[in-house]
Amino acid sequence: MTPILDVRGLSKGFTMHHLGTAVSAFDEISFTLRAGEFLLLRGRNGAGKSTLLRTLYRSYLAAEGEINFHSTHGTIDLARAADVDIAYLRRTEIGFVTQFLTARPRVSAEALVAEPLRLSGVAAEEALERARQWLSAFGVKRDLWPAYPTTFSGGEQQKVNLARALILPQRLLLLDEPTASLDAGARRALITRLAELKAGGTAMIGVFHHPGDVATLIDREIDLTPDMGPQEEREDVAV
Amino acid sequence: MTPTLDAPRFVTTRPLLRAQGVTKSYGGVQALRDVSATVYPGEVLGIVGESGSGKSTFLRCLNLEETPDSGSYTLDLPDVQGNLFELDRYARRMLCATRIGIVYQNPHLGLLMSHSSSGNVAERLLVAGERRFAVLRDKAGAALDASEFPLDRMDAPPSELSGGMQQRVQLAKAIALEPALLLLDEPTTGLDVSVQALVLDTLKRLQRDRRITMVIVSHDLGVIRTLADRVMVMRRGEVVEAGLADQVFQDPQHAYAQQLVHAKL
Repeated sequence: MTPILDVRGLSKGFTMHHLGTAVSAFDEISFTLRAGEFLLLRGRNGAGKSTLLRTLYRSYLAAEGEINFHSTHGTIDLARAADVDIAYLRRTEIGFVTQFLTARPRVSAEALVAEPLRLSGVAAEEALERARQWLSAFGVKRDLWPAYPTTFSGGEQQKVNLARALILPQRLLLLDEPTASLDAGARRALITRLAELKAGGTAMIGVFHHPGDVATLIDREIDLTPDMGPQEEREDVAV
Repeated sequence: MTPTLDAPRFVTTRPLLRAQGVTKSYGGVQALRDVSATVYPGEVLGIVGESGSGKSTFLRCLNLEETPDSGSYTLDLPDVQGNLFELDRYARRMLCATRIGIVYQNPHLGLLMSHSSSGNVAERLLVAGERRFAVLRDKAGAALDASEFPLDRMDAPPSELSGGMQQRVQLAKAIALEPALLLLDEPTTGLDVSVQALVLDTLKRLQRDRRITMVIVSHDLGVIRTLADRVMVMRRGEVVEAGLADQVFQDPQHAYAQQLVHAKL
């Protein structure tokens, strides 16, 4: 399978200027991810699982190491790439799914879900139509589609968030506890969509409180708990 | 690690705006020290910082209202060449009237309060040479409509409108000629929360549908977070941090940027 991501010696820490201290989140992580692979990140709270995802997405800046992403345009180190290249890759090849919806005032659920398609050049009506299909698939009631998600419950917001995040197929998908606060139906819809994307070649790295939710998708896992010793790939570990 | 040092590899489009080494002082006070910024077509650059950090001065330089002591400023447009700070007064006025739109925090700076709202927008079209009354009215109406201004009030003067409505008239005036660059100086400050949301929504829609390149200055981090693709943090006339908006808000590196983000969230 084609490599999508080569991470070498990646470290991340946070300098807290007001305390005059620095905290290490993880050190010297290396792994390779191929097209269609699903990598689970394990570790106790605070082990750096979400921090690693955010560092790969460049919401956090890496302290050391390389994140070589094999884009359709060539290989690029996400840790050092120019902001505009990162923004471009986020629109076209790299997705990030969190458990939190960034709702905007006075923007309807269907418009929010359709937005990634609109930004990628899909016509307004078609984008809305596909957005409605995904809202339906995740079990968002039809009456809510034209409503503002700022007023929705946490679970409903999460469904809107997932529909938005997964509407556009990506080459690399980073999943930060996307099943949190989902009901059983929405969880099934999510797993079905992830399986489709995986079969289509999307590589995924995920953090899940209940990895059993995605047990059928997982190919490999990495444990980030510090006392697990040097960070290495552990292949074919049963969940 | 300073990722922004790497030149773009995939995005081959040239930046629309490139300002380099902009320095400005008033008397003995240094307002801007070696400020540089690059903005790509369709991008929104947010500038944040405390009062007196130089962010509005920098915006006024980009609107060619101020001439810095040193530095260069270019716009990658077919008929616009060279360092814009070296243009004469007439050329500056024409460029600002036709290619750069601005929305001020204080509508009194951007609008003639006794003229009609549509007349304020039409004035921008007149500067560009349009003289046909019907066309002026149509185009002014279209710009007001795009700014979500109620057209049944287009003949009312801004002095009779609320603050939110006045900002919409400013916005309509700024976009009437489809500017290459839209500058916004605290566009929602002083508006109540629901009106703020309407203005933000309008700006977001313009960004999405028309891909207007924007530079927005605000001390309201929520506004910047909603609109900006990239953020520049200024302090005492200097840029102390710049990066993708989510990175600057989630993982600020500079001590002042950390202080600013943690104080506001």
